Amino acid sequence: MPLLKRAKRLPGLLASFVHIDAAVDAIRGLRAMGHRDLVVYSPSPNHELEEALNHRVSPVRLFTLIGGLIGCAAGFGMTIWMSYDWPVLVGGKPIASIPPYVVIAFELTILLGALSTVAAVALFSVLLGKRGVAYDPRFSDDQIGIFVPAGEDASRVENLLRSAGAVEVRYEAA
Amino acid sequence: MAVVSHPPAVVPEGHPTGTHADVTRDVVATLGPASRGYVLLLLGAVALFLIGILTFLILIKDGLGHAGYNPPIFWSVYITTFVFWVGIGHAGTLISAILFLFRSPWRTAVYRSTEAMTVFAVMTAGLFPIIHIGRQWIFYWLLPYPNQRFLWPNFKSPLIWDVFAISTYLTVSTTFLVFGLLPDIAAVRDKVSGWRRSIYTWTAAGWQGTDNQWRHYSRAYLYLAALATPLVLSVHSVVSWDFASSIVPGWHGTIFAPYFVAGAIYSGIGMVLTLIIPLRRALRIEHMITEYHFDNLAKLTLLTGSILLYAYGMEYFVAWYSGNPFEQGTFFRRAFGPMWWAGWTMIICNAFVSQLLWFRKIRTNITSLFVISIFINIGMWFERYVIIVSSLSNDYVPWAWGQLNPTWADWGILAGSFGWFGMWFLLFAKNFPIVAIQEIKEMIPMPRRRGGHH
Repeated sequence: MPLLKRAKRLPGLLASFVHIDAAVDAIRGLRAMGHRDLVVYSPSPNHELEEALNHRVSPVRLFTLIGGLIGCAAGFGMTIWMSYDWPVLVGGKPIASIPPYVVIAFELTILLGALSTVAAVALFSVLLGKRGVAYDPRFSDDQIGIFVPAGEDASRVENLLRSAGAVEVRYEAA
Repeated sequence: MAVVSHPPAVVPEGHPTGTHADVTRDVVATLGPASRGYVLLLLGAVALFLIGILTFLILIKDGLGHAGYNPPIFWSVYITTFVFWVGIGHAGTLISAILFLFRSPWRTAVYRSTEAMTVFAVMTAGLFPIIHIGRQWIFYWLLPYPNQRFLWPNFKSPLIWDVFAISTYLTVSTTFLVFGLLPDIAAVRDKVSGWRRSIYTWTAAGWQGTDNQWRHYSRAYLYLAALATPLVLSVHSVVSWDFASSIVPGWHGTIFAPYFVAGAIYSGIGMVLTLIIPLRRALRIEHMITEYHFDNLAKLTLLTGSILLYAYGMEYFVAWYSGNPFEQGTFFRRAFGPMWWAGWTMIICNAFVSQLLWFRKIRTNITSLFVISIFINIGMWFERYVIIVSSLSNDYVPWAWGQLNPTWADWGILAGSFGWFGMWFLLFAKNFPIVAIQEIKEMIPMPRRRGGHH
């Protein structure tokens, strides 16, 4: 379900699994066959599927860090600059005083850290996500889905999926 | 090939039972047609909200004179209620973020409802400083924006810290709630039809539960929890500094930040209990939110209630030990002055009623917990009332002492805040999954073809 525009459908095979170990076997088998661009659907994150897929760690953490650092710098920068922009000298105390500004910097660190984390997920998961891949509503309920973009080797892939224990395999045309 | 081991003989305590399909079915069923009781509650909330709106319109027209503001007391029921609602929010973030980092399994069943409570409580709290400032149409003067006099806010004032803390808290807790909802909205989308399906399709924002989406989502959820954890501790600390950084007797205490945070969590869990005890029955999710969860919530109440017991004792001890007659006088009057009834309501409802929770029988008895939760709500409102009003009535200038007499305008706005909060919470509970579908499923192992358990 592409968010912004309808993409062309990718041809391939869509398999449904009820059993987690069957899905893991299928993923390992497909990866051994050289299929790296699988799309695996599951109702909740599952560490067995993650291990079988062997993804790199999500780059979201970098966004969290950069957002947090920008927030911290913005907090100190804004308060110190604004203090000197209209200096009010009270009782000989410093015009810009760091301890109270820590509160502002801290809050902005959290704020921008959190917002950039969510923006990163929106970017990687939705906007840059793969388009036009077949989906089935059961994948958000209790089944695991594997979509394999397949061309000539479709029959071999189908055999692998069925022997691994898929409860349904269907061919999705372009 | 995965290592096959034998399944555990029993499901660990508090773990959900049933299959993935059962979870989706039961939670989606809570979104079905509204019962009569629900409609009546919602109408009640809207009626209270309208009372608040009416009172507010009169305040805008005539000014704050209608409220009990009278020298020397210019912080009264509105600020009390502001602190009350901010505090309520804290339990939600504690349960959803801090207990997530601690990997507490019992959090899963209740965290969505508490997180929704957080968002709506902070939304309610945010209205109060604006009501309190009097000229509501220039509330934006609080924000640092370029203006014709080139003036900036005073960042050394705790009141401006509060502006940043509360708005950050509202933004981050809303983000956290909506983010956690995404996969669940997708699960609902795939179960309903017609116009409801179109709405959930839009709100699910393209969520399909692909491996790639989960990979980014799980990481991001961890970081959001890690960011929300220090945030929740900071927010009520900042609120406490609104008081503690002044020199008013009874406010000027170093104990204030931890004392306020513990009180906030205590009051929040009180509100959680008040909300989910009727809710789980109305939505028929008693099998998901069980005695086990209430027992754990009650233990958290006992812990924070005991911290309050200690803090109350310590406040009196330090007042005596300080040798400052004004400090001593303030605390003497809290117990024996004209506000003795409010002072004792606070001490009995918070420090003593919570001690009943040492007994397991009381912790697992839903009716007694509900009654205790009402005491907590009342006690925690009065705690803030006592702290704010009693300290302001008698400060260092005895000829300027005075008493507060709250008026209909104070009660009207207070009632309106409960209506506003209740309205949002009820609407949320009927339109979005109030139990986290996806996280409950994560705790239920998926079936295996070869049998056994991972």
